[in-house]
Amino acid sequence: MSAFKDPFDPDARLGCACGHHASAAEHAQALGNAEALGSRVVETAVMRALFPHDATRRRFIRAVGGSTALAAVSSLFPLAAAKEAFAQGTKVEKPNLKVGFIPITCATPIIMSQPMGFYGRQGLNVEVVKTAGWAVIRDKTINKEYDAAHMLSPMPLAITLGVGAKPLPYTMPAVENINGQAITLAIKHKDKRDPKQWKGFKFAVPFDYSMHNYLLRYFVAEHGLDPDRDIQIRSVPPPEMVANLRADNIDGFLAPDPVNQRAVYDGVGFIHILTKDIWEGHPCCAFAASREFVTQYPGTYRALLKSIIDATAFAAKPENRKQIAEAIAPANYLNQPVTVVEQVLTGTFADGLGNIRKEPNRIGFDPFPYHSFAVWILTQMKRWGQLKGNVDYAKVAREVFLATDAAKLMKEAGMKAPGAPNKSFTVMGKVFDPTKPEAYLASFPIKRTA
Amino acid sequence: MKSLNAWGAPLLSIVILLAFLGIWHAATLPETGRQVVTDEYAALVGNAAATGQKSALPGPADVGRTLWGHLNDPFYDKGPNDKGIGIQLGYSIARVALGYFLAALVAIPIGFLIGMSPLVYRALDPFIQVLKPISPLAWMPLALFTLKDSSVSAIFVIFICSMWPMLINTAFGVAAVRKEWLNVARTLEVGPFRRAFRVILPAAAPTIMTGMRISIGIAWLVIVAAEMLVGGTGIGYFVWNEWNNLSIANIIAGILAIGLVGMMLDLTLAKATKLVTFPE
Repeated sequence: MSAFKDPFDPDARLGCACGHHASAAEHAQALGNAEALGSRVVETAVMRALFPHDATRRRFIRAVGGSTALAAVSSLFPLAAAKEAFAQGTKVEKPNLKVGFIPITCATPIIMSQPMGFYGRQGLNVEVVKTAGWAVIRDKTINKEYDAAHMLSPMPLAITLGVGAKPLPYTMPAVENINGQAITLAIKHKDKRDPKQWKGFKFAVPFDYSMHNYLLRYFVAEHGLDPDRDIQIRSVPPPEMVANLRADNIDGFLAPDPVNQRAVYDGVGFIHILTKDIWEGHPCCAFAASREFVTQYPGTYRALLKSIIDATAFAAKPENRKQIAEAIAPANYLNQPVTVVEQVLTGTFADGLGNIRKEPNRIGFDPFPYHSFAVWILTQMKRWGQLKGNVDYAKVAREVFLATDAAKLMKEAGMKAPGAPNKSFTVMGKVFDPTKPEAYLASFPIKRTA
Repeated sequence: MKSLNAWGAPLLSIVILLAFLGIWHAATLPETGRQVVTDEYAALVGNAAATGQKSALPGPADVGRTLWGHLNDPFYDKGPNDKGIGIQLGYSIARVALGYFLAALVAIPIGFLIGMSPLVYRALDPFIQVLKPISPLAWMPLALFTLKDSSVSAIFVIFICSMWPMLINTAFGVAAVRKEWLNVARTLEVGPFRRAFRVILPAAAPTIMTGMRISIGIAWLVIVAAEMLVGGTGIGYFVWNEWNNLSIANIIAGILAIGLVGMMLDLTLAKATKLVTFPE
């Protein structure tokens, strides 16, 4: 991993993979302790910012020597202060926070931390505020009305790149949930289970920059339908989806829960496929904050992230799910019947066609923000024409998906943190190699790239 | 004959209400369908889905029960996202009052100026004509982006939407003051300030008040839409939150509350209009 190379070594090449260690964890072990790892990351980031070109940096260090370079850079940039930012972090600078959320089960860790006291244990007084839609949550976070927010995992990438919003450096320190979405169709389509019969259907997704949009497009495209020409996809806030399905405005949706289960509960729709059967372990929603918040209030950021990761670890255990359902169902949070939330979280649910299905993995909780997730999302943004031109996939992924902080806090919470943030995975039988995004993009027959 | 007329209208109102409730009740009678699924499955879904139907519109009795529940405990506060209907109405009324007051503060002096000077009237007319018909919700994204605060944005939207009727009516009222009165004032060598406050203002007051009455209605319409969009607090948020829960009974209760408060605001302004009206 290039992030962990000594940036003051004239022979080291920043920006390419580390040749010495197989994974970041091994590298951390080799370095001895996590703190050394943390400071190395900071030094590397600063050096990379000062010398974007490897050759210039190497010439500079060779000319003056490594330790002189370190001293020279330290005088320009308070390296020590930056290093301490995350390591120290015991003091909470700003205990009263506002965190926005959309009332869906993806936000479980963010919501449950309030009634179940995970925020309080870190010395935070967090008000979780229900918000009407993703565009509003984006604007309120950019306005700093919210200190941090529940977002869809593509949103921090889109905001950072300035796609659909003005560019603003954003970070995603933790994934909220994995899986947990589904394609729901109106009851009248219960005989049309083959996607090839969906020509002319109108679908809803929660937002243009959402996993839901990319997964639905991927799913229908794999079945030979062009998502822009053969079907219609429109963006509808989750709370309005069941009402629209009921009114026959749409034929179906790829939506977060409890929307799918609520459609079943009201006899309006049935669950066609869970997204875990499209991509097992896909990320969905995210805990996001601006880079400004992360650097301005490092102690607060750490405490907040720790609450979220502790809550995620608690939610990851199936035996705790019923208790969580009861905590987050009331009007102050999701405002749904308890049984609907419970069916989503426990994975024992009515499918809308008279069957009871048992899928314990229907929703999962794993906070680790794999860089490869970000790279996949970027390939799909390019695939559907949201993102034009060349993208430095690895760089954007690294800057937005803060894997190091999450790994550290996951270990503290007793979770198993993965070694490398670059795992490959399989989407509908097709393997994704995060090191070859362009080749992956080129392999799709249906796409909007020129 | 006269006493019959006095009682006739309220009686007819009650008959219409009862007929409406009766039709509503009959139309929403729950269909006693047979359960078409296993008991285990039925426990996981709503009653309608268990009998193979979609959930139906609630009847007047359900809505009455919900409304009674809200009226019994209108001021509870269970956290930032769950407050009683009384508190939500309070938030909305406060926002409307502030936006409306600011609009009056700006619109009436400008309206006065426009009404007294045909030149200014013709110069500002195109702007007013373009800005007047813009929907409140179209202002919202712009306000959020520039003002960077959702509650200020909501107040701004009320301000901008309730301004035009007041402005236009003031201008019209001022311009329509009888020439004879102005001529009398001129003959008596009344100064311009005295003329404005002692002659023009009383003469134009009924028209201005009519504009203010139209504006309060618009402000109340706008606040519900704005709160549904930005969320947080207020009666609009209450309706949105219950839509999220697909609780039609609660939504109807919210709608009734919106209607009643709107009516009260209008009646207050109507009373105030009567106070400044003069016989000619």
